[in-house]
Amino acid sequence: MHKLNLDFNKVAEARSAAKNIAVQTQAFIDAHSTVTIERTIVRLLGVDGIDAYERPLPNAVVEDILQGGGMTDGAAYWLGNAMYTRGESAQTIAEAVAEGTLHLTALPKTSPEKIYAFLEPYVLEAVERIRNRRIEREKLIETLGEGSKPYLYVIVATGNIYEDMLQAQAAARQGADIIAVIRTTAQSLLDYVPYGATTEGFGGTYATQENFKLMRKALDEVGEEVHRYIRLCNYCSGLCMPEIAAMGALERLDVMLNDALYGILFRDINMQRTLVDQFFSRVINGFAGIIINTGEDNYLTTSDAIEEAHTVLASQFINEQFALLAGLPPAQMGLGHAFEMNPDVEDGFLMELAQAQMAREIFPEAPLKYMPPTKYMTGDIFKGHIQDAMFNMASIMTGQGIQLLGMLTEAIHTPLLHDRALSIANAKYIFNNMRHISEEIEFKQGGRVQSRANLVLDEATKLLKEIEGMGIIETIEQGKFADVTRKRDGGKGLEGVFEKSSSYDNPFIKHMLQTEKEAIS
Amino acid sequence: MKTTQETTIIKPYGDTLNDGMMQLSFTLPIPISETAKEAARQLADQMGLDEAQVVHASDLGVGYTFFVVYGRCRYTVDVSTIKVSKVTEKSMTHDEVEDYIADHLKRTITIVGACTGTDAHTVGIDAIMNMKGFDGHYGLERYKGINAINLGAQVPNEVLIAKAVESHADAILVSQIVTQKDVHIPNLTQLIELLETEGLRDKIVVCAGGPRISNELAKELGYDAGFGSGTFAEDVATFIVEKIASAEGASDNIAR
Repeated sequence: MHKLNLDFNKVAEARSAAKNIAVQTQAFIDAHSTVTIERTIVRLLGVDGIDAYERPLPNAVVEDILQGGGMTDGAAYWLGNAMYTRGESAQTIAEAVAEGTLHLTALPKTSPEKIYAFLEPYVLEAVERIRNRRIEREKLIETLGEGSKPYLYVIVATGNIYEDMLQAQAAARQGADIIAVIRTTAQSLLDYVPYGATTEGFGGTYATQENFKLMRKALDEVGEEVHRYIRLCNYCSGLCMPEIAAMGALERLDVMLNDALYGILFRDINMQRTLVDQFFSRVINGFAGIIINTGEDNYLTTSDAIEEAHTVLASQFINEQFALLAGLPPAQMGLGHAFEMNPDVEDGFLMELAQAQMAREIFPEAPLKYMPPTKYMTGDIFKGHIQDAMFNMASIMTGQGIQLLGMLTEAIHTPLLHDRALSIANAKYIFNNMRHISEEIEFKQGGRVQSRANLVLDEATKLLKEIEGMGIIETIEQGKFADVTRKRDGGKGLEGVFEKSSSYDNPFIKHMLQTEKEAIS
Repeated sequence: MKTTQETTIIKPYGDTLNDGMMQLSFTLPIPISETAKEAARQLADQMGLDEAQVVHASDLGVGYTFFVVYGRCRYTVDVSTIKVSKVTEKSMTHDEVEDYIADHLKRTITIVGACTGTDAHTVGIDAIMNMKGFDGHYGLERYKGINAINLGAQVPNEVLIAKAVESHADAILVSQIVTQKDVHIPNLTQLIELLETEGLRDKIVVCAGGPRISNELAKELGYDAGFGSGTFAEDVATFIVEKIASAEGASDNIAR
């Protein structure tokens, strides 16, 4: 397993610095909540649907509490108080709130202790529903089986969920193991989750609970046919991280993109907002057995993959620690990295191998998410197909977990049906033809690959110690990741962050948060 | 390759002049069969390919079939009749642009750039504007004599214009990466309309860029220039500084 002669004392140092960084940040996270966290709680308590103006009812409930000045006590309290006082369901109350006939903060208040005790059965019901979806997945994998790693991951992105279903089923028959439904451009900036089945989108399809349900059914059907469990992936990133995580948990999604750092850097989401949101969304992902994918690979689309390789490793360490604090076990950590070095560089492939093998050795249990070349794809589809083949070889030689298949038409258009088929055929050929090559490979002692890996580890450790000294917020303000600078009060969504009162409670955390011991075992 | 003919009328080349050899690949929405292969061949024939051969056919898993086809093109094209607009005949280098600004413009010029509308992809505007640039070509931020302001992604056209006014910009750069279903066209058009409404269009050089943007398309939409893939910062800089110089030269003449 250990082929790079890595200095594991240094790995331990880096990990300890990352742990301190995460723990420092967690103090801020624990003191705050956000509007989308509150809407998630409202959803889990049984509220769904939209009002006459297509406003989601969870938004209506949280806006009413905000306007009534009660936000710091949390939505669970106010919704619970109304259910207790009026003897009505959460849904009935939400409908009345949306119509404007009921204001939650105007009702007589019962003590928080009583209200939280009253809510407990409702909370447990939601928790059980999610647990059952997890058990259902485990059973399906047991009976149907699954593809071997690296899982072949492809995207569909037609904008129309019904067209997506057709393309997804085709991809599964061709050999795909994971289908990701790309979201419509800019959904990450919506402070609500759209509702129902959708057929219009740009560059992707809206993430809605109904769309999740439709695609889940399509993949379960094709899974029976091909005798392989087909995983479904979507995105709980942006301004509605925990809400989409909850929907994913309820509709048995298997993989979800989830990374606050990515949202801060690449979508200009406010850092306070998304760090707080990330915690609850990872608690849900962890409990639901969902593999998260983190977005470090994106750093290399704006920064140089050779010079900035250590920032990817540093970010993986930080993401690992944030995940552990949220009770998400290593086996569900799809830490991201990418094959993005300039193909004209001499020995570039050796450096790619070093990077991929290094991630494998440092995060041995993580189903590493490996991203294909995009930055140096040109429109020369013939060369592009070879670049993707090189990427597939690097993956099978280093035992990656999730292979986001590169498309020969990258930089031209979203994949056509046959682009995807060619891409899957490329990966299947290489993975089968080189299946056990990693068992046969050793790297030369002190050679180029070993030296490169140790250099990157060294730089990542230095960077992590620097971040440990100044904190994650300051680090991002200084543009240390991806050459992008973001301010603590800048970006979108800060107005949705609030400090919790002393009686605030998110009643789902205690049931869903797996202890670090559970998470690690 | 030597040609024996002095002709400007040409057709595709495989291994012999005028053999017309072309390759194409496509999918037909019918299951794989001899009928499907014949359908692909007939389609190629209608597209102007003689002796079309279906060299590969495979099942795509939903009752559709993928084909690779070779054939000899019946058509020719006369290159002497073709006119294309190039943004610049030859781009200056980074150093030459800096010298040109110092010699001809004698001031710092301001360029504001953004990826506008709902488009969240900064890769294009970053490659042109950010210090680091792309593939060894430094971005505009690195240029002496250029004040480059990159507003990033998902910038509304109104915000871009407000920033251009506030910073007394000489030029605006708009990047559009997502072009699925032509979402970029109304967005690019709106920017020009807003600039015209504000009476700013003639005062600012406005350029569009992106993998699916051509100079022709940009000009049709009312831009001064359009830059496609393979563009580096010096290409954009050359166009802008020359355009500013010629505009300022022209107004000097009128003043005299």
